[in-house]
Amino acid sequence: MSVAVDREQELLATVRTIAKDVAAANADDVDRAGRFPTESIDALRGAGALSAPVPEALGGGGASLGAIAACCHELGRACGASAMVFAMHHIQLLTIVRHLERDSWFQSYLHRQVAEGRLIASVTSEVGTGGDMARSIAAVTPAEDGLVSFEKQAPTVSYGAYADDLLTTLRRAPESEPGDQVAALTHSDQHSLEQTGSWDVLGMRGTCSPGSVVRARFPAEQVLATPFAKVAAESMVPISHILWSHLWLGIAEDAFDRSRAFVKAAAKRTPGVTPPAAQRLSRLSGQVALLRGLVTSGLRDFEACAEGPSREQLSTMSMGLRFNNLKIAASEQTRDVCFGALDVCGIMGFKNDTPFSVGRHLRDALSAPLMIANERIHQTNAGLLLIAKEV
Amino acid sequence: MSRGAPPQWSLQTSTNLPIPDYMNETIRKAVEDHARLPVPVSSLADDDDLYQAGMTSHASVNVMLALEDAFDIEFPDRMLKRSVFESVASIQAALTELQAEILS
Repeated sequence: MSVAVDREQELLATVRTIAKDVAAANADDVDRAGRFPTESIDALRGAGALSAPVPEALGGGGASLGAIAACCHELGRACGASAMVFAMHHIQLLTIVRHLERDSWFQSYLHRQVAEGRLIASVTSEVGTGGDMARSIAAVTPAEDGLVSFEKQAPTVSYGAYADDLLTTLRRAPESEPGDQVAALTHSDQHSLEQTGSWDVLGMRGTCSPGSVVRARFPAEQVLATPFAKVAAESMVPISHILWSHLWLGIAEDAFDRSRAFVKAAAKRTPGVTPPAAQRLSRLSGQVALLRGLVTSGLRDFEACAEGPSREQLSTMSMGLRFNNLKIAASEQTRDVCFGALDVCGIMGFKNDTPFSVGRHLRDALSAPLMIANERIHQTNAGLLLIAKEV
Repeated sequence: MSRGAPPQWSLQTSTNLPIPDYMNETIRKAVEDHARLPVPVSSLADDDDLYQAGMTSHASVNVMLALEDAFDIEFPDRMLKRSVFESVASIQAALTELQAEILS
C-alpha cells in the first residue's frame, strides 16, 4: 500500500516539475500558434506518466484515478491544452483498465502501453446524431480476411493527428440499432484521418480538434466486449467529468493566483492602504473555494463506489445526475472565476503580455461549458428528473 | 396492500388469472406504447434486450413512468438503472420484488 502511495507521490512530483518547466514555459506559444503541446506530451511520455494507471500485474504503475486527477490539476495550472490532452488520454486508458477482461487482446495492449506510452484520442461524437454520444451511425462492419472496418464522420477529433491510438464508439454491427454501441481501439497504422474542418478557436487552441472522417480496418478482438452503455455509465462519463473538472480547477486557481499577485503588487506600491481590488479578490477567493469543494467532492463520491459490488450504483440515475451536475457546475464556476480574475486585474489582466494576464485562462475556460454542451446535459437531466427521487 | 387502492393487477387474482401473466401483459403494453421500438413488442422474447432492440434512454424514462402509473408504485432509486429496464423479464423481476416488499 505505502509503495503504491509513494509511487503516486513520485508521479505527482514529476508531473508538477513538467508542468512548471515545460508546459507553463510553452503555454502562451501553444495558445497563440494553436499548435499541439508536443513538448509537454513528450515529457509526460518520457516520465512514464501516460501509462501510469496500467495495473501493476501488467507492468504498469497502478496509479489511481485520484492520482491522475491530481496530475490534471497541476497541468491545468500551467497549460490548459496540455492538461486537456493528458486528461482525455487518461479517460480512455482508465476506461480500458476498468473494463479489462481476462485473456483479452486489451491485456497485451496494456503491456505495449507501458513500453511505449501510446497517446490515445477518442472519436465519440458523430455527424448526424445531434450531439448524442449514446447513439452511433457508423458500425463495426465485417471486412475481408476476417477483419472488421468502419468509416465515421466526426465533427471534432481532439489531437487525432498526434495520437498513436483512437478509441471510437460504433454500432455493434451493421444491423444494430443506434443505441447498441461498442468501443474499438485502433492503431495509427490501422486507421486514417481525413481532416474535414479547421480548428481556429477561442480557447483550448492547442488541443487541435478539427472534424475528420475516420476510416479503419483491424482485427475484431480490438473491440471492447462490454456494451458501451455500461462502459459510459460506470467509467467514461464520470471519469471525464472528474478529470476535466480537476484541470479546470487548475486553470481557475492560476487565474486567481495572478489576480492575487496583482493586488499584492498594488499594495506594495501604496503601503498602509488596502488596494480597492483587494475586496474583489476576497470575494473571488470564496468562489475558488466553492469550485474546489465541487471538484474534490466529485472525486470522493466516485471513489466511494468505484470498485466491487457497489460499482453497479454508478449506473443508477441518481449517480448519472450527480456527475452531470459536477460537469455543469464546475465548468460554469471555472468560467466565472476567470472572469472575476480579469475583474480584479483590470487592464493588466486584459493585456496578453503581463505577469497578470488572464486572457488565455478565460478563453480556455470558455470551452468548459461547451465541450458536451451544458444545455444538452440539462436536457438529459430534465428527463432523468421525471423519475429519479433521491437527488 | 396495506393502504390505498389495490393496484390493477391484484384485482385479477379473483379471476384466477396467474399474476405474472397479467403483469407481463401490462409491461409489454407499456413497452409497446412508450419504448418507440422499430419492431412490435410481440416479436420480442421476454429476455430480449430492449436497448439493443432500439429503446433510447429517453424512451426508457417514459416506459418507467407508464409502469409506475399502471402498477401504482414508485421505483426506488436503486432500481432506476439500465439493467432493471433492459428486458421485459428484468422489469418483471423488479416489479415482483417491489410487490413482495409492499406486501411484507
